[in-house]
Amino acid sequence: MSFPASSPPRRSRVLTMRGIGKHFGAVKALTDVDFWVSEGEVVALVGDNGAGKSTLVKILAGVHPPDAGTIEFDGDEVEIASPADSQELGIETIFQDLALCDNLDVVANLWLGRELVSGGGLDEVEMEQRTWTLLRELSAKISSVRIPVAGLSGGQRQTVAIARSLIGDPRVVILDEPTAALGVAQTAEVLNLIERLRERGHGVILISHNMADVLAVADRVVVLRLGRNNGVFNAVDVTSEILVAAITGASGGALRAPAPPPSPPEARITRLPATKPRRVDPPSAGGR
Amino acid sequence: MSGIRDERPPVIRDGDDEDEGMLSPGALRRAGAALAERVRGGDLGSLPVIVGLIVIWSVFQILNPVFLSSQNLVNLSMQCAATGTIALGIVMVLLVGEIDLSVGSVSGLAAAILGVTLVELQWNTVLALAAAVVAGMLAGMLYGWLFTRFGLPSFVITLAGLLGFLGLQLWVLGSTGSINIPSDSWIVEFAQHMFLPVWASYVVAVLAVAAYAFSLVSRARRRSAANLVSQGYTEIAVRSSGLLVFLLVSAWYLNLWRGVGLMFVFFLVLVVVMHLVLTRTRWGRAVYAVGGSVEAARRAGIRVDRIYLSVFALCSSLAAVGGVLAAARLAAANQSSGGGDINLNAIAAAVIGGASLFGGRGTAFSALLGIVVIQSISSGLTLLNLDSSVRFMVTGVVLVLAVIVDSISRRTRAATGRA
Repeated sequence: MSFPASSPPRRSRVLTMRGIGKHFGAVKALTDVDFWVSEGEVVALVGDNGAGKSTLVKILAGVHPPDAGTIEFDGDEVEIASPADSQELGIETIFQDLALCDNLDVVANLWLGRELVSGGGLDEVEMEQRTWTLLRELSAKISSVRIPVAGLSGGQRQTVAIARSLIGDPRVVILDEPTAALGVAQTAEVLNLIERLRERGHGVILISHNMADVLAVADRVVVLRLGRNNGVFNAVDVTSEILVAAITGASGGALRAPAPPPSPPEARITRLPATKPRRVDPPSAGGR
Repeated sequence: MSGIRDERPPVIRDGDDEDEGMLSPGALRRAGAALAERVRGGDLGSLPVIVGLIVIWSVFQILNPVFLSSQNLVNLSMQCAATGTIALGIVMVLLVGEIDLSVGSVSGLAAAILGVTLVELQWNTVLALAAAVVAGMLAGMLYGWLFTRFGLPSFVITLAGLLGFLGLQLWVLGSTGSINIPSDSWIVEFAQHMFLPVWASYVVAVLAVAAYAFSLVSRARRRSAANLVSQGYTEIAVRSSGLLVFLLVSAWYLNLWRGVGLMFVFFLVLVVVMHLVLTRTRWGRAVYAVGGSVEAARRAGIRVDRIYLSVFALCSSLAAVGGVLAAARLAAANQSSGGGDINLNAIAAAVIGGASLFGGRGTAFSALLGIVVIQSISSGLTLLNLDSSVRFMVTGVVLVLAVIVDSISRRTRAATGRA
């Protein structure tokens, strides 16, 4: 149960979901799903259409309350009944449509609904300054923060949406298909951004259909199939073939992480990183 | 798998976000270049309406040399105030992507309430004014409630309001149908005869520009202290002195006849206040956000319903203020107060001035520019002895032109990615 010396220290668990179930009428969207994420960890959530990824994320975002199961945040059991609850806990969700106001500039979008005020008016200087600080920390490629976001590329818009989610300093950031509509260079830009989120210590949940993206950036991959857990993998020792097999169910049984119902999720994660050498993060100056 | 990780290109840190000194000689040239770039990208701002205004004034001046006389311009400025105030409210509802078709009726109702309370009930003028404006505000809150509670389209709600409040106006006026407001009442004096003394007009112009320059300089100082790109002092000096010259010349020219009307100054102050509220407060930012994307605003935690409610209430309140000004200028409230073309002139003014019908674009100054265009056309055609049939047609054409400009610039923005 000891890590190689070069491994980063175990980060503390932020969010744990156990035995989550959700049905819409007769349709069982999720059955007994376990899921967890730690600080500074990128967890990819993969699965075919209808596997329950979006439902799971919507439960976390407070859009749907779960029918069964428990959610723990920092060790305390919590209820997420509304999007406001979710945000209050420190969970930020970036949906695929980004929900940016095209007519407003980058600064206005970033601070929308949380504007800084000084002397009775908006504190534009402070907001713009902190916007720059944040964008630089994320190594974002945005040359002006005073142009309407309509003028930005897809990757830049994604950057703005991600940066906006960081304003409240969340514990967990959920990205729903962030690279789906992007080209190669813009995808690389967004994956870079996810690395930055990890470095900053946010727990990141990444939903994606793109195995290359998932393997490039994730620490751990959670596969859902037909609303159930179908395996948890360390990204370093899994190939996209294995993942695809788990997603489609071709050989899911053989690769599924054994999940005896009585054992709490902890039993599994402690085993997963322990049995295989944990991937070592390259130094951040390594040019990513 | 680590192969995939390492193939990602390294991040290139852009150098072009570095801030440049605010006194650099090219600051003005850069500002000009930025403007040209914006226009090419379809972000026209106030440019079309200013160009249009110059064309309209030139044509009318050629057709009738009286048009640009000091006397006519003084009258023009006084005619702008009432409908312009109503148009200011329309700009607000257009900013959230809605419409209010009932501003004419609401202004008529306010006029009727002013007349009845002031003359028949002998109320104090301030009380009568407050009653009129509060009535307008209640009408707007009713719209906002219907809109947010039942999700009715604002078009339908306010169309119903147009009829309903016209009826209420006739009911308030009662059988007489017309009430003359005594001309010794200060509100009538204010609307008809109060002009800034010559010296005061210049003092006001200088003070206004001083405040403008001060706010620009202090902003530039704060920004450069915070290491952000800031407006150069040269640009500030050029802008401020340009504005000063414009205001002083305007005041001087109007002073050749009766001068700068207090009611017009009141309208200008309203425009500036609304501009500050829209650009410098969280509420103003929320208004633009709702107009840009309701969903985004909602997810950002903005209470969208409250924004709609307050905007409808504000629009109707401003309509009521406009109605009161119109009644005071006419020294009467009657069944045709707020009727005729006031409704459509106010809406046309907002659109012509650059407030987009699609929401999220426009400024308080749209109302000012738009109403000057509308009243110029009206005044010019009256001077040419053309009757209202021609005026309606010309105004209609100008409105369509303005919407075409809005539509084209929207498409250009979409094509150049400035949507």
